[in-house]
Amino acid sequence: MSSESVIETQELTKIYYGRAAVENLSFSVYAGEIFGFLGPNGAGKTTTLLMLLGLTEPTNGSARVLGMDPAREPIKVKSVIGYLQENMGFYSDLNARQMLQFIADLNDIKADNAKERITAALQTVGLAEEQDKKIAAYSRGMRQRLGIAELLIKDSKVAFLDEPTLGLDPDGTNRMIELIQSLCRDKKMTILLSSHMLHQVQKICHRIGIMIKGRMVAQGHMDQLAEEKFGVGKEQYTLEEIYMKYFQEA
Amino acid sequence: MGGMKTIIKKELADHFASYRFTIIFALIAMVSLITAYMVGWKIKTEMEGMASQSAFLLLFTLPGAMGLFSLVQFVAFFGPLVGLVLGFDTINRERNEGTLSKLLSQPIYRDVVINGKFLAGVVLITVMMVSIVLVITALGLIVMGIIPGIEEVWRIIVYLIISIIYISLWLGVAILFSILFRSPATSALAALAVWIFFSIIFPYSVSVLANNIFETVEDNPEAIAQRAKIVKVFILLSPQELYTDATATIIDPTRKSSRSIITSGAGPMESLSMARFSGPLPLIQSVLIVVPYIISLIALTVVCFAISYVVFMRQEIRSL
Repeated sequence: MSSESVIETQELTKIYYGRAAVENLSFSVYAGEIFGFLGPNGAGKTTTLLMLLGLTEPTNGSARVLGMDPAREPIKVKSVIGYLQENMGFYSDLNARQMLQFIADLNDIKADNAKERITAALQTVGLAEEQDKKIAAYSRGMRQRLGIAELLIKDSKVAFLDEPTLGLDPDGTNRMIELIQSLCRDKKMTILLSSHMLHQVQKICHRIGIMIKGRMVAQGHMDQLAEEKFGVGKEQYTLEEIYMKYFQEA
Repeated sequence: MGGMKTIIKKELADHFASYRFTIIFALIAMVSLITAYMVGWKIKTEMEGMASQSAFLLLFTLPGAMGLFSLVQFVAFFGPLVGLVLGFDTINRERNEGTLSKLLSQPIYRDVVINGKFLAGVVLITVMMVSIVLVITALGLIVMGIIPGIEEVWRIIVYLIISIIYISLWLGVAILFSILFRSPATSALAALAVWIFFSIIFPYSVSVLANNIFETVEDNPEAIAQRAKIVKVFILLSPQELYTDATATIIDPTRKSSRSIITSGAGPMESLSMARFSGPLPLIQSVLIVVPYIISLIALTVVCFAISYVVFMRQEIRSL
């Protein structure tokens, strides 16, 4: 893992209707790591992701993704970031292959190149057998994996995964986690993962940031956070206990 | 601009596969065919031996046997409905299904989404209108046995162009509402309300208002002409009137002015309306008369678009 920062924000602030959704957020994500972005619902996680994608303009502060400013060069930023959104929007009357072809077209990927990538991506996420079914018939887990296939089609260097395991059954969750780990390991993707599923985050994330009410209250490695709060290493405490400690204090 | 092409392609595929498009196309094709057939027979039997130069175009302007609509009036009244039906849920459906943020998180500009969807609609409207007019023309040829002259063909082409612009304007209105309102049902209702307002309430209320204001000068022909002028100016704010006037001039060459000044009463005016029948207006003159109307229709569409852009660009992806 190199220490080159891929995502960097400084004093990032977003005010919606007079209320700060994100306040003075400064953090960095380094190349090749999985950064766990934790926080209760409404803490400003998704808003932060949207700002990093250039879909929402920050009220204040600045962000850099691979050295580019999402507010200034949204198109360039969006072509290198893969975004798996929380509510998984798919055109339900397309099948998996058509959906991925549509994504490939929007990203200007040449036709024969796209065909290969789609086949490979469907293999990787385990949807090759169901590729001719309409997305309407897909289970939640299959849709999430199709979302991951989109990232593979785009060959994105950075992936934003917003609650990727929300509402999945245990088997689906495990497959998803393995997929995410393989993105990081095999595809060298840098991953920003937002979640409140603490147990899973603890399993796969290299570093963690805890966000509460629009503020980042802590960031660092697990044992670092444990030591800050309890003065001991991470062996004694689960992420859940650390998180609750922060949550109660906030 | 790969993004634009992709979106147009997808929209077209969606439309052609949808029941909505099939139903509305079938409905319009059916009414047009029946009317054209009836009018064709009427012309053939009533105008035997007259063989006037513009007899072919009567196919479009004479009302059918039910006495309700001519083809031109039918498109003027129901054309907007086609535009509205094609566009009322363009943006808000995608927003509700979560596909809008997926689309916008791909490397394309926001306006490409609106433009692509609008252009796809225009392509569809063009296909629809051209095919219907072609079928009507063919039916007219068979039933009436009159072959349209070059000038008549040109008139039909200009008529087609105006019709496409007119229906596209309503598509633009529908897209605007689909951006303004989150719920497709609300935007459909709002669009219908605007349609009903401009097709029924607006022209009626303008003439009632004008009658009330100029009541006292009823006998003075100059005042009547002036009143008619004022009514015309106001009434032309309505896209329906713009369209009806423009197409009437194009498709009915015996019309001199774009709106007959007096339709009833007043003796001195009779000579004026008689002038209508003195001879057909050449094509180029008709076109010159309708150019301002076409520009007005395009301007209205542009206004719709300007509002759509501004609202869409400023909208947050995520509603709170």
